[in-house]
Amino acid sequence: MALLELRNVSKIYHLGGEEIRALDDVSLDIGAGEFVSIIGPSGSGKSTLMHILGCLDTPSHGTVTLDGIQVEKASASELARVRNRKIGFVFQFFNLLPKLNVVQNVELPMIYAGVSGSQRREQALQALEMVELGNRLKNRPSQLSGGQQQRVAIARALVNNPRIIFADEPTGNLDTHTGEVILALFRRLSQEGRTVILVTHNPEIAAVTPRRIEIRNGRIAEKVDARLAGLDRLAASATPAAAVAGA
Amino acid sequence: MIILNSIVIGLKEIWAHKVRSLLTMMGIILGVTSLVGMAAIIKGMENGMKEAMIAMGGVDKVLTRDQQVPAWQDHLADQAPGITLVDVHALKRSAPLIRLVSPEMSLDDVTISRGDKRSDYSECVGVWPSVLEMNLHTLEHGRFFNDLDEEQARPVVVIGTGIRDELFGKPSEVGREIVPLGETIQIDGQPFVIVGMFQEYIGEQEAKERARAKLEAAQGTSKAAAGPKRQRGWGRRGGWAFWRKNYTIYMPLNTAWVRFRSAGRGTGIPDPRLTDMDIKVADFGRMEDAIQQARNVMLLTHQGIEDFTFETQENQIENINKQIRNARMSGGFIAGISLLVGGIGIMNIMLASINERVREIGICKAVGATGPNIFLQILIESAVIAVVGGLMGLVVSELFVELIGVLTPSQNTPMITREAEAVAVGFSALVGVIAGILPAIKAARFSPIEALRYE
Ligand SMILES: Nc1ncnc2c1ncn2[C@@H]1O[C@H](COP(=O)(O)OP(=O)(O)OP(=O)(O)O)[C@@H](O)[C@H]1O
Ligand SMILES: [Mg+2]
Repeated sequence: MALLELRNVSKIYHLGGEEIRALDDVSLDIGAGEFVSIIGPSGSGKSTLMHILGCLDTPSHGTVTLDGIQVEKASASELARVRNRKIGFVFQFFNLLPKLNVVQNVELPMIYAGVSGSQRREQALQALEMVELGNRLKNRPSQLSGGQQQRVAIARALVNNPRIIFADEPTGNLDTHTGEVILALFRRLSQEGRTVILVTHNPEIAAVTPRRIEIRNGRIAEKVDARLAGLDRLAASATPAAAVAGA
Repeated sequence: MIILNSIVIGLKEIWAHKVRSLLTMMGIILGVTSLVGMAAIIKGMENGMKEAMIAMGGVDKVLTRDQQVPAWQDHLADQAPGITLVDVHALKRSAPLIRLVSPEMSLDDVTISRGDKRSDYSECVGVWPSVLEMNLHTLEHGRFFNDLDEEQARPVVVIGTGIRDELFGKPSEVGREIVPLGETIQIDGQPFVIVGMFQEYIGEQEAKERARAKLEAAQGTSKAAAGPKRQRGWGRRGGWAFWRKNYTIYMPLNTAWVRFRSAGRGTGIPDPRLTDMDIKVADFGRMEDAIQQARNVMLLTHQGIEDFTFETQENQIENINKQIRNARMSGGFIAGISLLVGGIGIMNIMLASINERVREIGICKAVGATGPNIFLQILIESAVIAVVGGLMGLVVSELFVELIGVLTPSQNTPMITREAEAVAVGFSALVGVIAGILPAIKAARFSPIEALRYE
C-alpha cells in the first residue's frame, strides 16, 4: 500500500449556483520516499490537490488514505494530529507568525505535539542549523529576507521529523538564486528518505523531481519519468493520461 | 505547555495593543475596585464596630433608659419615679438573671480644671465600683473607690489618660508619663483628689501604628523625627469610643449625688434619679429572659408605670449589620455590573482580535493545532486580559481606599482584605473565561484552509 492514495477524488465549489470542479475524479498514488512535483497552469487545482493530500482539506467525493489513515472519515482533531506528526508544510508566502521570533516559530509544531520546553529548544536549534540559520534565532520574521524566512519555514516543517513534506510554490516569491538554494534543500530532504511533494507552475523547477504529476482543469495528465513508467501502481491509477500511455 | 504559551501570547497581545487593552480592562478594573473597596469599607465598619462595642462594655451589657410613659399611662406621668437606686437594689435582690448592675449619675456641663488648664471635654460620672466590670475598665495606677469613699461622699476621682493629658500634659509633649496620683483638680470649682488612673485605651489600628513608629524610632529612621504621625478627625484614628473612654472622670456615686445633685441644680429640688443604669446578664444565651425579669422587677418598683426601657447592644449590632448588608449589596451590585460590562468588552475585543488573526490561527492549525488547542488558547488569552485588568484593579483599589482614608477619616478606617482581593481576581478570571468562550468557539471552528486563505 502506498503512503498516499487518492481514489476518485473530487473537490467541488459552489459559487452562486455555478459549480467549480477544482479537482475532478482524481486517482493517484504516491509512495514513501518519492520526490514528486505537481505542475500545471494557474487555477488548475494544484494547491487544492496538495491541501487534500496534506489533510488541510477534505474531498467532496472519493477517498484519501494517508499512511493507512482514512482521511475523509477522520475528525478535525485527528487530522490536526496527522498534520502535526506526519506532515510538514512550506508555503509560497512563508506563513510565519509575525509576533514570534525565529526559534519560537520553529518550536510551534512541537508545542502542539506536547514536546517539553528544553527538548523543543534543542530540536528547533538542530532544524535551524540544518537550514543554516542558527545565528538568527531572536529575529522576527519581518527582520529576515524572503529566502531566510522560507528557510525558517522549512525548519518549522522539519522539526517534528515528519514523513512527508509539502511545498506550495516555495520559490514563487524568491529570486532565482535563492530559489535554487531552497530547491537544493528539498533535494537533500528527499535524499534523506523523506517524501517530498513540490507544487509549482514552473517546468524548470518540476524538472528537478524524478516524478511529475501534471494537472489541467482539475484532472491529472501525468507525465511520468521513463524509469518509473513500468511501475504497476501507475498502471493501476486510472487517469486518462495513464490509459493513453498504456494503450 | 500550551497553557503557559497561551499566557505569554496573551500578555504579548495586551502589550501590542496597550491603549485598546486598557480600555477593554476598564470595566474589570472598575469592578474589582468596587468589590475590593466595598469589602474594605465593610471590614473597616466591622472593625470599628467591634472595637467600639468592646470599648463601651461588651455585648452582654444592657442599657436601661428613661422613656416617656406610654400614651395609655399619660395620666400617671407625674408619678413616674424615673430610674433610681431603688431599682438598683431591687434588681440586685430580685433578678438573679442579672449579674451586674451599675448605677450612674452623669454630670453634664461641668468644668474640669487645674490651675489655668482646663479640659473642654469630659465624661464625668458618679459610679459604683461595679462600673469597672460593666465598662471593661483597667485601672493601671492607684486605687478605685472603697465603701468609705462612697459612704462619706469623699471628693476623690479616678481619671482617664485623656484628662491627664489635658490637665498635666501629654507624655509625647512633656517627654515622660505623668501619673498625677494625689494631685487635686477642680470640678466646677470643687476640689477633688485623684486616687487612680486608667490605662490608655487605643484601637488596634492605632496600636499598630504606634508599634511601627516605635520600631522606626528605634531603628533611627528619619520618619520619627518628621513629627507626630498624621492625626485625624476625632483626635486620632483609634476611634471615638476609645477617645471618649480616655476622657472618663469617675467619682463615687454618693459624691456626685451629695455634691452636685442634692442641691437640685437648676430646679432647687433634690433629684434622686440616675442618668443611667447599666446591667449585665448572667447568661448571654438567656438575654430575653433576663430583660423580661428586669422589666418585671422594675414594673413593681415603678408601680406599673413603664417609664423605662432596655437597649441591648444587640440592637445596635443588628443596626450595623443591616448597614453592612446594604453596603455589601450595593457594592456587589456595582461590581457585578462593572464586571458584566468588562466581560462584554473583553468578548468584543477577543472577537476583533481573532478576526485580525484568522491567518495566524490558520497557520497554527496547519502545523497541528487542534480545535480544542485553539479554543484553550483563546480562552486563556481572554482570561489573561481579565486577570491583568483585575490586578490593575487591585492597585487602583489600594489607592482608592487610601483616598477614602484621607477624605473621610473616621474610626472605620477601610481595610483591604486578602480574601476580597482573591475573590475579586478570581471573579475577573471567571469573567474572562466566560467572555472568551464565544470567540474561542469561533476560532476553534475555523477551517484551516479557509483561515490560511483569509486576507
Ligand atoms: N474556496 C474556494 N472557493 C471557490 N473556488 C475555489 C476555492 N478554492 C479554490 N477554488 C477554485 O479552484 C480552482 C483551483 O484552485 P487552486 O488554488 O487549486 O489552483 P492552483 O492550481 O493552485 O493555482 P495557482 O497556480 O494560481 O496557485 C480555481 O479555479 C479556484 O478558483
Ligand atoms: Mg496554488
